[in-house]
Amino acid sequence: MRGVFDIIGPIMIGPSSSHTAGAARIGLMARKILGEEPLQATIELHGSFAQTYKGHGTDKAIIAGIMGFATDDERIKDALSIAVSSGLKYQINTTDLGAVHPNTAVIYLIGKAGRMTRIVGASVGGGNILITNIDGYDVELTGQYHTLISIHHDRPGVITKVTSILSKYKINIAFMRVSRKSRGAEALMIIEVDEQISDDVLEETKQVRGVANSFRIPPI
Amino acid sequence: MIKFKNIQELIALANEKKVAIYDIVEQYEAEVSQVPVDKIINTMKQNWKVMREAVESGIQNQDKSASGLVGGDAKKMNDYLGDNGKSYAGNMPLKVAAYALAVSEVNAVMGRIVACPTAGSCGILPAAVLAGAQHKNCDEDKIIHALFTASGIGMVIAQNASIAGAEGGCQAECGSAAGMAAAALVELAGGTPEQVGQAVALALKNLLGLVCDPVAGLVEVPCVKRNGFAAVHAMLAADMALAGIQSVIPVDEVIDAMYKIGLALPKSLRETSEEGLANTPTARAIEKNLYGKAK
Repeated sequence: MRGVFDIIGPIMIGPSSSHTAGAARIGLMARKILGEEPLQATIELHGSFAQTYKGHGTDKAIIAGIMGFATDDERIKDALSIAVSSGLKYQINTTDLGAVHPNTAVIYLIGKAGRMTRIVGASVGGGNILITNIDGYDVELTGQYHTLISIHHDRPGVITKVTSILSKYKINIAFMRVSRKSRGAEALMIIEVDEQISDDVLEETKQVRGVANSFRIPPI
Repeated sequence: MIKFKNIQELIALANEKKVAIYDIVEQYEAEVSQVPVDKIINTMKQNWKVMREAVESGIQNQDKSASGLVGGDAKKMNDYLGDNGKSYAGNMPLKVAAYALAVSEVNAVMGRIVACPTAGSCGILPAAVLAGAQHKNCDEDKIIHALFTASGIGMVIAQNASIAGAEGGCQAECGSAAGMAAAALVELAGGTPEQVGQAVALALKNLLGLVCDPVAGLVEVPCVKRNGFAAVHAMLAADMALAGIQSVIPVDEVIDAMYKIGLALPKSLRETSEEGLANTPTARAIEKNLYGKAK
């Protein structure tokens, strides 16, 4: 059974939990994945997002999320003008991605220090989201958990070493997924956990031989 | 461990422990979420604050939604009800309708609301509770109690039927919200757990089969005005239950019927904007104007 605050809640900016609140969360997730202040954003809207984004303020909500606004932030309504005044360059396009969820957006971000990322996310109902692709890797990320993401060299032992660090710090793994582009190439690991990921944990995972980089995303 | 899988069990638990439905719902939430009851109550108070603010700002709202289809009707209703003796329905129903329109308009113009159970049906519960509490001079504690009772009802409906228009049509959104609002009103009036159940049954029964056919796919037409209607509807259901009127069909059977009706509704009438009001010449013209081309 759902909880009390799934029925009365969340507090959100209207008009639509999927097309506004969920869209803002996709934008927020993209910002967290970039990991630095975004300077440029290109957004491609697919399906129902593409058809109805003006009426639902989906464009405003995604830009608001990219700027770090929460789903109940009243500035969402003015997000496009705030983006212009705060120096975030953005572009909104519509696209046809084929047989994906009807509320899907692709977000390209370039950050202040030059980091770039491309994420694909869907708003799957009631404000819930699913990030389905990060930088070409297929993933399934809901934003409901503390998440550790690591990019590593695809070879035996790396996963064990990373998970044993979590075990050492008594961090319980809720969900985990590993994907790679090809055998022996760069791979991506996403671990959703129940506890907060401390600086120490993050640093230790970065020290694991074969791990190129790792970063954490708090629940959004 | 507190467990209930339908409204009858919720009522039985309340009676067995000699408490109100909201007590059971609060304890259930505390156990499941592992959060103390006082914190849960505080979260509900935050929700209530946002609900009340949405009524207050919505009633003055003159903004139009991005599409231009809605905005300003809550104020019209409120002004009209202030014009004594003019209306047929009288002060109370018009007030609750004005409040519901207000919150729904705030939603449509990208203001802050509480989904209850959804954004499309967000006006019904706050309108009923605020108008009801003003009428009965209820303090905040009583209001919070009523909201927990409403939430318990919504939890059962979500579990045994649906609260999503895409799954069950508008009966699942505005219907569920009306059921929740009716329950809250009975709680505010100090009704029994049985009367809460009767009010839910009566409110839901009379919104069964309601389809979800929003014009141009937006949460505006017919959604905003329907919130006004459903809030009045909830109030009538609560009054019937408090008067001692009983639903012949028990509440859990009504919820089960709602679920089956939802399954039987064609997809074209479940939030896809393919048929119904969304497929009228006027709706298609609006859509063409908004998006430049017909869907």
